[in-house]
Amino acid sequence: MPSVCFYFQVHQPFRLSRYRIFDIGKNHNYFSDTSQTSSDNQYILERVSRKCYLPMNALLLETLRKYPETCFSFSFSGVLLEQLERWQPHVLNSFRELVKTGRVEVLAETSHHSFSFLSSLQEFREQVALHQEMISRIFGVIPRVFRGTELMYSNSLAQEVSQLGYHGMLTEGADRVLGWQSPNYLYSSTASIPLLLKNYRLSDDIAFRFSEQSWSSWPLQASTFANWISQTPQEEHVVNLFMDYETFGEHQWKETGIFSFMKQLPQELLLRKVNFLTPSEAFRRFSPVAPLNIPDVLSWADTERDLSAWLDNEMQKDAFSRLYKMEDSVRKTNNPALLEDWRRLQTSDHFYYMCTKWFADGDVHKYFNAHESPYEAYIAFMNVTRDMEWRLQEASERSKTCVPKSVIPS
Amino acid sequence: MTPRILMLGWELSPHHSGGLGVACRGLLSALSKSFSVTFILPFFPNNRKESLRIISAFSSPVTPPSAYLPSHAAPLPALNSLFSRVREFAKRVSELAENESFDIIHAHDWLTLEAGMRIKRETGKPLVAHIHATEFDRTGGTGVNSHVYAIEQQGMQEADLVIAVSNYTKQLIVKHYGIPPKNITVVHNAVEVKSFPQPDSLRIAEHSPLVAFVGRLTLQKGVDYFLRAAQRVLEFYPNTMFVIAGTGDMELQLVRQAIDLGISQRVIFTGFLSNEEIRSIMEVATVTVMPSVSEPFGIVPLESLVAGTPVIISKQSGVSEVLAHALKVDFWDVEEIAHNIMSVLSYPALHKELAQNGRKNALARTWNNAAQDCINAYHSINIEHMLSEGRSQAQAFYGGLF
Repeated sequence: MPSVCFYFQVHQPFRLSRYRIFDIGKNHNYFSDTSQTSSDNQYILERVSRKCYLPMNALLLETLRKYPETCFSFSFSGVLLEQLERWQPHVLNSFRELVKTGRVEVLAETSHHSFSFLSSLQEFREQVALHQEMISRIFGVIPRVFRGTELMYSNSLAQEVSQLGYHGMLTEGADRVLGWQSPNYLYSSTASIPLLLKNYRLSDDIAFRFSEQSWSSWPLQASTFANWISQTPQEEHVVNLFMDYETFGEHQWKETGIFSFMKQLPQELLLRKVNFLTPSEAFRRFSPVAPLNIPDVLSWADTERDLSAWLDNEMQKDAFSRLYKMEDSVRKTNNPALLEDWRRLQTSDHFYYMCTKWFADGDVHKYFNAHESPYEAYIAFMNVTRDMEWRLQEASERSKTCVPKSVIPS
Repeated sequence: MTPRILMLGWELSPHHSGGLGVACRGLLSALSKSFSVTFILPFFPNNRKESLRIISAFSSPVTPPSAYLPSHAAPLPALNSLFSRVREFAKRVSELAENESFDIIHAHDWLTLEAGMRIKRETGKPLVAHIHATEFDRTGGTGVNSHVYAIEQQGMQEADLVIAVSNYTKQLIVKHYGIPPKNITVVHNAVEVKSFPQPDSLRIAEHSPLVAFVGRLTLQKGVDYFLRAAQRVLEFYPNTMFVIAGTGDMELQLVRQAIDLGISQRVIFTGFLSNEEIRSIMEVATVTVMPSVSEPFGIVPLESLVAGTPVIISKQSGVSEVLAHALKVDFWDVEEIAHNIMSVLSYPALHKELAQNGRKNALARTWNNAAQDCINAYHSINIEHMLSEGRSQAQAFYGGLF
């Protein structure tokens, strides 16, 4: 009997305001845009809450109550939880309601939705610990399964995650890793931690193609989709449907029928005797069929399924290395505000905004950009890192009672 | 049989004072690859190397004022002499046209529209009015000359089709001239990739980063905003040099402004430069700025990108529609212009990405594309035009098309 495992990623970054060179050394509020546009964090959170989180949480709660066989899993970034606590506490409560049912698993990740693992093991471990504290404080649960930022994965990350004591990991079922093999089995890492792989075809049918009128299956009916799932070969373990939670109501608007689709889907799946599983249950129930050797970093983005959407062009590499160069100086100051600002800059979205791949074609990258162009995203980010450097210099020179020099080079 | 085109222009590269001459050359060269095109303009020096069919209407060059002088800035006698020159051109072209065989009249800007209308009336051939700039762009909206405006409006009304160089210009034509949007087709300009000799080294660039402005020094080009941004940049980066390459009616005023702003030592006014010299400036500059108040298209940014130099462009421009890989500003936002200049000066990775992606972006639009857009536009009008005169003629015209 086939099974499905739903995992929803819930995340909002602290977007940078249009921080100009003139602001360096004068204004240290990097994330406080109030323009009611794409870089205004509070405004966006309110919109996403209204269009997605609240209606979708209500829908899932009703589903869980109506169908005791159903279950789901979520991963919340720490930066999202912080924004919810500050600006939308009632939305956070509605997430708590879901977790309280006992049939919603919460996953582990880095507090700041970062790629810190690539640059600093210490920072990675601290962020994982921070995230765990937050989840336990807010939801009263301890996550047992790990998902890397943007489903990033590699042998060495799996090794580290396994050492941290997690029971399993999620990642992308990329063709270049699987080849002819199906994503619907459990696999294991080279460090023998079990893995669930995203079935990107079926996941993307919901997340991306749902409203695409040129798609042969448009408009997609819940019964059709449930048929596809139920046609999975009997011997396969579980179909992993992994997607951004913002798919519901934000990426796919209410008018596309996404909510009625999701309302009908559980019933249609149960009618066809499809099981619901959380990642932990899947790891308990099945044994890995084969090890996967993945030396290069994998992700769930674009056709390349690598990190090229975040860390490919000169600007992205420059911004990333400049940020992590600061690590020691930031730690030395023992200044919590500086540390927190530095961590917020690590959120993957900032690097995504700098992506120039297909920028001219006005594709998905442009749509999700908090800035007008990848260039403006980079400029704002670099100016902020300069201000950070200015603050670091000021802090170090204050201890020597010297006047700070400007960090603007001539 | 392919349509034969009678094209009317006021200037043609390499003998030109602005973008009109460059655009006409690009289009003429590309169209001539597969069509018979005759280009008539007031005066073109004899050039034996020229393989294209170019006819001078007069035996001597048109004396100033140039095509670009905003009419309110020109002294009245000069303006009257321009108007009479425009009328003489129309008369002369009508005589020359008697010896030419053509199917379409394609006229560039108001200076040739009177001639275009006259030939249309005389021959019944369809007229295409190609608008590179309107009186509203040239004057910044204040002091629009009613005579120029009247010719523009009448020309566009009598034309079978209006071609605008951008959506920006199309909207302006709809708004100020009352031309129905369905009669206007947008054909964006392109950039010609020419090979230049190795540029002379500019000694000044060895010690200071250069920020370039290239264009005519007129109100339309927003050079005064460039100077005010320069002042702001120099507060932070006192070593920067600003190069203003071009001439125009605002030159003296701009020199005074640089002195008043206290930045005259960091601003170089080059005066008139040859194409090769402009190319040298563009190659050594760190960034080229086009802060136009109203720019129907704007070829300079494309030329700068082909030369490998990134650009900061006004949002009030047509080129902004085809150029994604550029920094874009409102022309009046001096702080934003300064901020962007400083960003390119500060961050080598930004410079490199803007230059690389921008160059690809610029090269993607060729004059062959623009010529093809024009041909498609001809077909749309000609089918209707010919059908009204009888189908057999249309069939003869299009041959295998039907």
